This record gives sequence, structure tokens and C-alpha cells, in this order.
Amino acid sequence: MLQIYCPYCKEERPELEFRHAGEAHIARPADMKSISDEEFEGYFFIRSNPKGIAFERWRHVHGCGRFFNAARDTVSDKFITTYEAGEPKPDAAELAAKSGEADK
Amino acid sequence: MSGANRIAGAGRLTPARTVRFTFDGDIYTGLEGDTLASALIANGVHLMGRSFKYHRPRGVLGAGAEEPNALMGIERDKARRQPNVRATVQEVFEGMKAVSQNRWPSLGFDVGAVNDLFSPFFAAGFYYKTFMWPKAAWQKLYEPVIRSAAGLGVSPDEADTDHYASRYVHCDVLVIGGGVSGLSAALAAARTGVSVIICDEQAHPGGALAYETGVAVNGEPGFDWAVETACALAAMDNVRVLTRTTAFGYYAQNFVGLAERVTDHLADPGPELPRERLWQVRAKKVILATGAIERHMVFANNDRPGIMLSSAARKYLNHYGVAVGTKIGIYTANDSAYETAFDLKRAGASVEAIVDCRDNPGEGLLSKAADLGIEVLTDHSVINTSGARRISAMTVKRNRGGGSRSVAVDALIMSAGWTPSVHMFSQSRGKVAWDAETERFLPGEYAQDCTSVGACNGTDELQASIDEAVAAGSEAAKATGGKRAAKPKLKGTGAGNWSGGMAGSTAGAGPDTTVKAFVDFQNDVTAKDIRLAVREGMHSIEHVKRFTTNGMASDQGKTSNIHGLAIAAEALGRDMPEVGLTTFRPPYTPVTFGSIVNHGRGKLFDPARKTPMHGWEEDHGAVFEDVGQWKRAWFYPRAGEDMHAAVNRECRTVREVAGLFDASTLGKIEVVGPDAAKFLDLMYTNGWQKLKPGRCKYGIMLREDGFIYDDGVVARIAEDRFHVTTTTGGAPRVLHHMEDYLQTEFPELDVWLTSTSEQWAVVAVQGPKAREIIAPLVEDIDLSNEAMPHMSAREGRICGVPTRLFRVSFTGEAGFEVNVPADYGRAVWEAIWARAEPLGACAYGTETMHVLRAEKGFIIVGQDTDGTVTPQDAGLSWAIAKAKPDFVGIRGLMRPDLVAEGRKQLVGLKTKNPKTVLEEGAQIVADPNQPVPMKMLGHVTSSYWSENCGHSIAMALIADGRAKTGETLYVPMPDRTIEVEVTGTVFFDEKGERVNG
Ligand SMILES: [Zn+2]
Repeated sequence: MLQIYCPYCKEERPELEFRHAGEAHIARPADMKSISDEEFEGYFFIRSNPKGIAFERWRHVHGCGRFFNAARDTVSDKFITTYEAGEPKPDAAELAAKSGEADK
Repeated sequence: MSGANRIAGAGRLTPARTVRFTFDGDIYTGLEGDTLASALIANGVHLMGRSFKYHRPRGVLGAGAEEPNALMGIERDKARRQPNVRATVQEVFEGMKAVSQNRWPSLGFDVGAVNDLFSPFFAAGFYYKTFMWPKAAWQKLYEPVIRSAAGLGVSPDEADTDHYASRYVHCDVLVIGGGVSGLSAALAAARTGVSVIICDEQAHPGGALAYETGVAVNGEPGFDWAVETACALAAMDNVRVLTRTTAFGYYAQNFVGLAERVTDHLADPGPELPRERLWQVRAKKVILATGAIERHMVFANNDRPGIMLSSAARKYLNHYGVAVGTKIGIYTANDSAYETAFDLKRAGASVEAIVDCRDNPGEGLLSKAADLGIEVLTDHSVINTSGARRISAMTVKRNRGGGSRSVAVDALIMSAGWTPSVHMFSQSRGKVAWDAETERFLPGEYAQDCTSVGACNGTDELQASIDEAVAAGSEAAKATGGKRAAKPKLKGTGAGNWSGGMAGSTAGAGPDTTVKAFVDFQNDVTAKDIRLAVREGMHSIEHVKRFTTNGMASDQGKTSNIHGLAIAAEALGRDMPEVGLTTFRPPYTPVTFGSIVNHGRGKLFDPARKTPMHGWEEDHGAVFEDVGQWKRAWFYPRAGEDMHAAVNRECRTVREVAGLFDASTLGKIEVVGPDAAKFLDLMYTNGWQKLKPGRCKYGIMLREDGFIYDDGVVARIAEDRFHVTTTTGGAPRVLHHMEDYLQTEFPELDVWLTSTSEQWAVVAVQGPKAREIIAPLVEDIDLSNEAMPHMSAREGRICGVPTRLFRVSFTGEAGFEVNVPADYGRAVWEAIWARAEPLGACAYGTETMHVLRAEKGFIIVGQDTDGTVTPQDAGLSWAIAKAKPDFVGIRGLMRPDLVAEGRKQLVGLKTKNPKTVLEEGAQIVADPNQPVPMKMLGHVTSSYWSENCGHSIAMALIADGRAKTGETLYVPMPDRTIEVEVTGTVFFDEKGERVNG
């Protein structure tokens, strides 16, 4: 069971309190009605599924109830950082370096 | 009295404290503190089981968790009967019943032993190759025969009557292993005040100190020091000492599972004690002090009862006071077995010979052996053994050639060296590294915040182990906020040399031979099998493992993995690290299902949610059905009524008089705020801005892909307040869905969402007399048709308590849904019932609710829809607001497939024979005579007998269904084909006038 740091509660809590909510940083198009089929496909169906740093949404569903974002290494399963929804997407390369250092 | 092989003055058990138990029906006497293995050996019993594949007689190999052979069934009563218990771990208790396994009809005479004679046919991969074809024979012939002939033990056939406990705990430092290293580390950490847990799988602390009696710590006998240290630790407030506790799994972020066996050693545990306690530990630092496990020697017929590990024989003698034989042979590749020989000799056993495959044993050993009068044969090997149910002789031969000779023995003690226990380290995802100098795998790159100390870290020397452990304990404490404290000063002396040894087969069992030299005793894998696997093309150790099943038994290859790897590497002509080590996975030793399932069984398996009216429903004979976690009243049979009769009566009564229905399970969400209507506009297909306070509307919620996600009636209580209802069981996901959009896509909207599902009890009063029933109970609300028409909502009081009264109908009748605070639910229900009953109304359950709504063609999301149904498909296009610029699902609905012709649409079905009720899920075809596989047009989603219509009714999703209205279609069933006519979905009161009554 993972421990996840909730950026709102500012506390590390057990995974049981959280719910995964898909890939992060996929904004819903503002002009939803007028986007093309391809744009809708990209928004709704296509996900990156990377090996390495993945950006994910989580919700502290049995805690504060807030959605937040996380960067996690899909190889080691480790959370590298979590941050509030709406904050800019961190740089993956920088995070990978940080993750490597943390291992040492 | 406790066995002829018990040596007076040896061991630590108290001779007067005897324990009687049975093994295969015979009564034996052991001593308190004995394991089943030590007690049986004390009584001269070495034959303890039959092997898995060849049914060869087997005795005990080890004295601990690594045991592959001596697996027993332990029985307290019919329900509490555990198979595959290691006799080396199970402690005896008064009245214990143990039975051997894998034998029929008896342990001494076993029919399956014929497998041994045919063993050339049972080589590695035999099952894979022989039973490949034909497929059907697997099911009918091979599998049943193999299963009855093989199999490990018999599982109990009654439910377990024991109970199991579970604890979550956090600590600063978790020490796994209570030997000299673990205790030293724990002591160093504990002194600084940090919280420490130390666990050990055995009943006593000390690990190898239990048998390595030459060791002293600070001048005190090693084992005494261990017991005193464990007691001192246990007495500290910041330390928890857990014995009989196995760390079985090492998971992410230092999360470690411990299984504590609380009562398995007790004769009469008492009902208050759990059998086992599962500890789920989150540790800031983990110190692995898991020791090492001795390997056996791989030579011909090395599996006879009486052949065992050196450390085991030494523990039986020095801890349990049991001599494993009177005429002992020793076969070793390292120094540590010499100490066993010396101890046995001093205890009065005759040591016939120490056979050492090396030229030069450690310094001083030869002279010490000579002093004790023990013959040492260096550069010799044991090339065979004889004896039926116990070893009677070993055949010894010089490695450089020459003749062989037979030496009569009744026990053969062996040691090929020690394998560091890197299981937990490997489970933590650490990478083991090959140490070329000592030829073994040691902890390499760490993946988690842990450290290894002592034998499991390849530290062979006693004082070095202690120093390493003390340093690790102090460091872990420092890192977790420990106070400054003096490090414990521990001086260890008198330890033997544990280094060196060999891996793989010994002389006489090499590639040029066909002898049975066992590598994995539990799965009956020989050196020959591993070589065969390599010849068959298995070049990775993972493939060799699966082909031969080496290391795949319940002991997970604790004694066999390294030998198997060495033999495979030799056959491949490669180095061991190139061939690789298989991954260690949890559990370290088998864990009971009881421990894992724990409290989560029976009534505690899943929460049961009950409405405030549940008690009344029980009192009035309701039969309940499970809807998610909810217990819902299904129907209320009266005397002599079956379900059919009860539902028919309830359906009739609601439409003729009225009925009461407990609708409390409806999900409810309070949507509040200045932008509440704007938010609902985005969440539902409908428009909400124009809905006036006091009015209700049926809403449909989509996912972004355009498919129906949920539905329900929404009441506008005020300009900025909506009372949203969802499907039963839908509330959590609908709230999650709403929160997701509100928090992340539309955060600018000023709205709050609150789950109120359990705050409101809901009494639905439906039918022509609904108004008459509730009118006298309601204050402050004008219930007249004019003042409160269909789809309106009012706040006021009923029976003196606040209510949100909705004029809504899921039956097609005029009706009300009375929302009251949950605590008043039953009282209000009873007050309404007191009015309703004399008027001839009834209480009705979910089955009647389903029939009545189907008579009106109202859908149930999840029954008439399945996640691929759009509002248009369901005939609900009217609920989509055309002018809205956006709502969730608006773009999905425009997708080519969703606007294409020929989609499945929801229609009604009438059977040609009105009495025939279709099966829900049945497939529908146009031509029943077409060849199979038929072209299926769709399926039945809802189907009931309608007492009010006098015929069966059904709804179905059918391709282009609405265009087929009036056509005849067919429902092929196994025994007949049913003719149906496609209709509209409304079967009763088509004009919908009754809701206004
Ligand atoms: Zn939180």
C-alpha cells in the first residue's frame, strides 16, 4: 500500500484514502461543441501511458475530497511529487533527475 | 518418558513437563517447547511423510521454516484442520492430533510409491509433454487421477471457527529477525527512545544461538543473553517484541506484513484469543537480520529419512535435547558441520565418520576431531545411501578414485554451506548482487529505506555481525529522531566458522550419472531433471524453474534455489550470475487465508446498509433483496402468498387504492450556491435556469462520451438550492463525477455539493388515495392539484417534523415522496401507514416498484441501459436542451457512431401468448429459422408479468427498434422459440392522465 502526500491536507496518508482519477493535464476544450472528431478523440480517448514519469490525477476521496495532481514513476511505482490542481505541469526531465537522486 | 532419543542433561526443555499427542493415531509423549519434529525424532520416528511426485519416504530435513519434507495435517476438530504444516515449526500441545500426508493407505505402505519405480517416466516436463493431447482427456482422465495421486494434504471441509485479529501500526525501526544481529540492532535503536518492533518467526529469540552453544556474548552463554535481551527489550515502553511472528511480505514504502501465530501452540486457547494476528507495519526504517539458511548436499538418494541438515541436528540436540541418531555420518563441504559432530559425540552418540569433500578443512578441526576419536575422510564423497524407511548406510568414496566402502549409520548430517536469506530484501525490490569471492548472492542495490545486517548481509564473523547490527540500529535511530545514547557494548566470542561451502551436485551425482540426487525435496526435483531442462532448451533460470518446478513448492526453494542454479549454470557452461536468480515473492512462508481475510468474513464481509424503516419492514414480513450494499424490502408476502401472488396484489393495490414504498435508498445530493443552476446545466442534458423554485424536473446525466450515466428527479428548493436525486447506489460516483467537474473544469462556479443520501428518509405514497392518506398529517402545505401539481416540491411539516414534500411519481399514479430527516423516518412511515392501512392501501417492495415503472415505460439506468445507450436510444431525446452551448456529453453525442442509423433503441415487447414472460437478457432475432450463429438484433432488458395489464410486458434494446413497431420478432430459447410483437414502451395509461388525479 502506497503512502500519498495530499497537497491540500499537507499530510502523507495511506492509499486507501485516495482514488486514482486518470491522466493529468488534459484540459476539457472550452469550445466543446465545435471541436473536430479528431480533437475529441485526442481529448477523450488518447492517453500517453509512458514508461517512467507519468502525470496523474488523484482524489483524496476519504479525506478532504480534493482532486490533485501527482508525478509518479511507473517503473518504481514511486510518487515523485504531488501538487494542487491548476498548478503548472512540472518538467518531466527535472523530476526524473530528482527521482534518481532520491534513490541514491 | 518423552522419547528414547532424549539425552539426559541436554537441551533446554523441562523433562517433567510432558505433553501427549498423536501422530497417525499413535500416542506419543513430548515435552513442552518441543516442535512436532523434535518430539517425533525423540520417539525414534523419522518417517514423517511421502514425497509429492514419487511418494518416496521422507523424514525431516531442517529444524525451522525452510523445511520441505515434514508437512503434516494438524487437527483440533473437524473445522480446525490445517494441512501442510511444517512439523519443524508446529509446537506440540496436549491432545494435538497430527497426521501424515501424501500416503495411501498408510505412511508405511503407500500404493503411490509405485511412481518411484516408474520414475523414468516422471522426469521434468513429463506432465507438460505427456498430457498434452487430447484436450478432453485432461478434464476427464488425467487431471482427476493426477490430483488424487498427488496433492498436498487435505483441506478442512467445514468453516473455520477460529477468529483472527488485525492491527495497523507505525514504528520508527522495524527489525526483522531476532538472532544475535537483530537483537543487537534493536537494542542499539531502542536505547535512543525511538519506537522499535522486532519480530522473529520462532517461539524463542536467539536464532542460531539456540544451537551454536559455544558462543558467548559479554561472557554469558549466547542463548541466555538472547532471552535476557529480548525480555529487557519487551519491558521497554518504546519496544514491541513479537515472537512466533513471520515477516511474510515487504511492500512499497516500508510496508511490511507480519503474521503472528497466537494460539497454534496452545492446548486450550480459550475463545477470546485470536488464532493469528496480522500486523501491517509501516516503518520509517527496516533492518533486515534474517540470517542464513543451510543447504543440503546433492548426492544420490540424499532424501532418506534420517538425512538432515547439520544445523537441524545440532538444534535438536542442543535446544530440544534430542539425538537424531546413535550412529552418525557427517557429509560436509564447510566447517560448521564439524561442530555438530563434536556436540553429538560429546552427547554420547557415535560419529562414524566425517566425510568432507574438501582437501583442507578449517584450522584445528582435524586435531579436534582426532581428540574426540572421530574419523575424518577429507577429499571424500558420499555417493549413495541405503535404507528403506530410514537410512541404514552411506557409501563413501575417495574423490580421486579408488574403491568405495559402506558405513552403517542411522543418521546422516550434511552441510553444503549457508545461503544468506535475501528474501525480504528481494521482496523490497532490492537487487541482489553476486559476490564472486564468496560465491553467493548478497544484497546489492537497495530500493527502499532498509539495511541488512549479519548473516543475511554475508557477514560471517560474529563480532563483525554484532558491530554491523549495532551501527545499523544506531543509525536508523538517529535518522528517525532518537536521542543520543551510548551504543551497547557487545562482545561475541566462541563462534565457529560458517563460511565456505559448495553449490550444485557432488561427486557421484554429476552430469555423467543417472542417480536421483534431490535438489528440491518438496517438488521431487533432481539434479538430472535440471540438466534435462537445459538440454530441452531452457536457458534462463526462470524457464528452468517453471519446467522442473524447482523452488516452486510451498518452501519456495529455501534450500534448493542455489543448487538448482549451480547445476543449470554448469550444464550451460556459464557463470551462476549470468544464469540469474529467480525473484523472491511474498509470502516468505505460507500465510493462512484466515489471517488475510481476518474480520472480513460473514456479516463483516461487506457493510449492510439499512434504511430507517428497515425494522418496520422486518416486522411486517418483508423479504429483502440486496441492491449494492443496501437491504431493500423486495415484497411483503401475506399468509399463503408466494412472491408472484404478493407482487400481483401489491401492483393491483397501488393502482386501485395506494401503496407505501421505502425510497430512502435513493441517492441525494444538495447542490447549493449562486451558480447552482449554471452548474446543473453543465452536468445534465436538461436546462435548469428556467425551473422555478418549488418545481421538479427529471434529469439525465451523461458521460463525456454521450452515454447515459445516471438519472433522477431534481427539485429546485430555492433560487440557489437544488435537491438532486440519483439512482440507488449511484450517489457516490455521481457526487465524484460532479466534484471532478466542479473542482477541475469549472472551478469558477460558486457551488457547493453535499451528500445527503443518509440524511433524508423517503416515504413514497403512490396511488389514487395518496393525497387522502397524507393530507391530515401535513401542515403548511396546500396539497390540492391546483396548488401542488405533478412535479412540484414544497417545504413544510408532516407529523410535526420538517419535510420536503415532492409531488412525483415513479408509478404513473398520483403520488408523493415524503422526505423527512432520517431519524424521523420510521415514525413518519408508521403514522402514514396508520392512515393508509384502514383505507385498503399496502406496503410494496422493489419488485412491485419495478413492475409499475415498467408498465409506464420508465427506464432504470443500469438495467435498461448498459453504458452504451444514449438518450436518443432510450427514447429520451426530449430531455436534451437544444439551445445549451455546453453540457457534459454534448460533443460525445455528435460522434458519427452515435448519430448513425440502425442503433439499438429501447422499445416495448408483447408476447404473442400473453401468459409468456420473457427472460431478461434473452436475445432477439428476426428469423428463428436462420442458421446458427444467428444475427441478433438485440436483447430483453426488463420483463415482468403485469397484473394490471393482464399480460406480460417487456422492454428491449433492438437495432432500429422504433421503426420495427408492430413487427413480429422471435426470442429463441433452449426449449422453444417465443414470438413477440414490437410495441411502444408505455403499457398502461398511455395518455398519462393518472398522475394528475
Ligand atoms: Zn487531502
